[in-house]
Amino acid sequence: MTAQATPIMQITDAIVEVKDLHLYYGDSEALRGITMSIPRKKVTALIGPSGCGKSTFIRCFNRMNDLIESIRISGEITIDDQDIYDNSVDVIELRRRVGMVFQKWNPFPKSIYENVIYGLRIAGVRDKNLLDETVEKSLKRAALWDEMKDRLHESAMGMSGGQMQRLCIARAIAVSPEIILMDEPCSALDPRSTSRIEELIRELQGDYTIIIVTHNMQQAARVSDFTAYFYIGELVEFGLTKRVFTSPVRKETEDYITGRFG
Amino acid sequence: MKKFVRRGEPFVWATGMTLSIIITMTVLLLYVVIANGIGVFWPQKLVQLSLNDGRVVLGEITKEEKDGNNVSRLQLKIGNREINGLDFTWISEPDIRSRSYPADLYVIERQENGNFYGTLAEVHSPEITVAEGQGTLVSALGKARHNLQPLLMTKQQISRKIGALNLALEKVNQKLAGYRYQHMDEKDKRIITLVDAETKLKTQFATLVDGGKQNTEELAAYYAIFKTADGKESTVRLADMVRLYQPNRMGLFAKIRHYADKLVELFIADPRESNTEGGLFPAIFGTVMLVLLMSLLSFPLGVITGIYLREYAHPGVTVKIVRIAVNNLAGIPSIVYGIFGLGFFIYGIGGALDQFFFPERLPTPTFGTGGILWASLTLGLLTVPVVIVATEEALGSIPPSIREGSLALGATRFQTLTRLLLPMASPGIMTGFILAMARAAGEVAPLMITGVVKLAPSLPIDGQFPYFHLNRKFMHLGFHIYDIGFQSPNVEAAKPMVYVTTLLLILIVLSMCSVAIYLRNKMRARYAIADV
Repeated sequence: MTAQATPIMQITDAIVEVKDLHLYYGDSEALRGITMSIPRKKVTALIGPSGCGKSTFIRCFNRMNDLIESIRISGEITIDDQDIYDNSVDVIELRRRVGMVFQKWNPFPKSIYENVIYGLRIAGVRDKNLLDETVEKSLKRAALWDEMKDRLHESAMGMSGGQMQRLCIARAIAVSPEIILMDEPCSALDPRSTSRIEELIRELQGDYTIIIVTHNMQQAARVSDFTAYFYIGELVEFGLTKRVFTSPVRKETEDYITGRFG
Repeated sequence: MKKFVRRGEPFVWATGMTLSIIITMTVLLLYVVIANGIGVFWPQKLVQLSLNDGRVVLGEITKEEKDGNNVSRLQLKIGNREINGLDFTWISEPDIRSRSYPADLYVIERQENGNFYGTLAEVHSPEITVAEGQGTLVSALGKARHNLQPLLMTKQQISRKIGALNLALEKVNQKLAGYRYQHMDEKDKRIITLVDAETKLKTQFATLVDGGKQNTEELAAYYAIFKTADGKESTVRLADMVRLYQPNRMGLFAKIRHYADKLVELFIADPRESNTEGGLFPAIFGTVMLVLLMSLLSFPLGVITGIYLREYAHPGVTVKIVRIAVNNLAGIPSIVYGIFGLGFFIYGIGGALDQFFFPERLPTPTFGTGGILWASLTLGLLTVPVVIVATEEALGSIPPSIREGSLALGATRFQTLTRLLLPMASPGIMTGFILAMARAAGEVAPLMITGVVKLAPSLPIDGQFPYFHLNRKFMHLGFHIYDIGFQSPNVEAAKPMVYVTTLLLILIVLSMCSVAIYLRNKMRARYAIADV
């Protein structure tokens, strides 16, 4: 693919299609008609100034916004051609397909082992071999296995911040989602832990579709294949990361990434 | 000075002072209870006072103080109620000519009439009669008491059999009453069998009563004559002696044994002498069982309500009003709960139960009268607000990120609640539970109208089917304190027991709370979230 002149790029192999998505918190409109596609098994970064609706946007994909009563949504989001806001959709099932890693790591006060298999446990999996296997596989993918293999049954609360965040990623991977949403996963981490998470994201791409919200432009440039720039509830520009960062089409994008604004 | 004020020192000082006042008061209270309660069972020396007017007084010194004219005086426990009428007397220090501590003096704890202080004069038993020589007297007394044992055992057996017979009779009577209530023909086979059974039981009863009379006569043949300090004689049946000892002859080891013996009696024996002597077992049992039953009600009810209010209820005006109401419930005087328990549980539910299940026993109520079940339900109601508030607070203090994390993994709200939120909230819930338990254990007022009694004939749990008798009345340490401290005919003699009972109640509350605190700390360590 080559750089295109259009600000919003068309994706051929998209997993998520968003059509004219509006979202209201009570009376105020937080997302103003967003239409975009998320490419399959790529890393898509969402950037933009605080309060531009990036986090709200990705929380639409696993319907975490359902928890907030004052939110109203119109428009359409389809994952593999299925409208996820259709009444027939099982939210539990959807959340298993769309994992999420939060800004502040939130391991449960349980052992490392139990944290990883939490998703399987609540799905009713009892097979000990399968559970053991999943723990090993997920921790290996999250680059935690070597550090933690002897402490699996210790409390997760004894880990460092970066380790906890990687544990949260392992926990999300364990239920084999298709999409992983990451809401500023490194904003509370020190640079070393941040670079480990970034490495991890690079390793995971190709197997999962990753949508990452970040404030850190360098990070977006380092880890993502595609970048979308949001500004006050609107999608301003979306394209290949390289293209967006080197030759932005819209002036607002250029201002933002060069640091003149935001 | 200005600088002192500006740095906020006065405020720090004030907070420190408040804390120290609270600590001082707590320590003072505990000191009074412990200092007075712990020495009650320690054998006191018996002192014999010769007075200037020629009288001789014998007893334990219980108090020394100055009267209005600044003259010191002694309070003496002189016992021998059947002779002196009173247990205590005051002697002015200047009236005393001399003091002595004769080693031969005996203290006899009796089933009736309190302690006796004096010297042994004669021992009578069918086998031997001894009238002189201290050494022979003492050994004769020991032998006679030993020989008495089989008779005492028989006495116990007889009373146990009478108890069982009474129960059987009562059951037959209840059945009969039931049939007659249904207007069954008097010539019905079932009624005739029951009447036969009743007659048979009554014959057995008469035989037993005869046996009891004979036993009493046989027991009466064993007696000892004691002499008071001023030479009066008193006859004490050996069967009435609970314990006898010579405090002035006891060494440290003997005193420790005596103390331990009394302590064991306190925990396992029934009370004697309108509760001023003997053990506290029924009251301890009643208190612990009451609190446990109360917990069984108030804990689940409070936790479930708290969960609903915090997790499921749609936040709004209604929830706010409910919350305010719950918080205010905690401030209602406990006697009001008692009255509610009386009206709602006893007369309402209990009365209805009687109407439906035990109509033949009416007008004698079965559940329509105070009992341990109704008392514990009332206490449960009283403590439930504390548990609700604690549960709500505990759930509310769990960071939302934990819920989000769980939901994002495909958990339902219920799974999130049972797998994460409740375990994480458990230390906070336990704290509320501890507060509730401590409050319940110390309540007396609502119990007084919902089933506590001065002396319960039987425990709420025993070997008789159906083993749990939740309709029974019960004894309670808190009420016991009130009863012996303020309702006893002999308040001065009951005073030591008040302190002992108070100490015991405090210890029981403390130990129950310690168990709960231990559990809470374990949970807290287990479910703490790292605070980074």
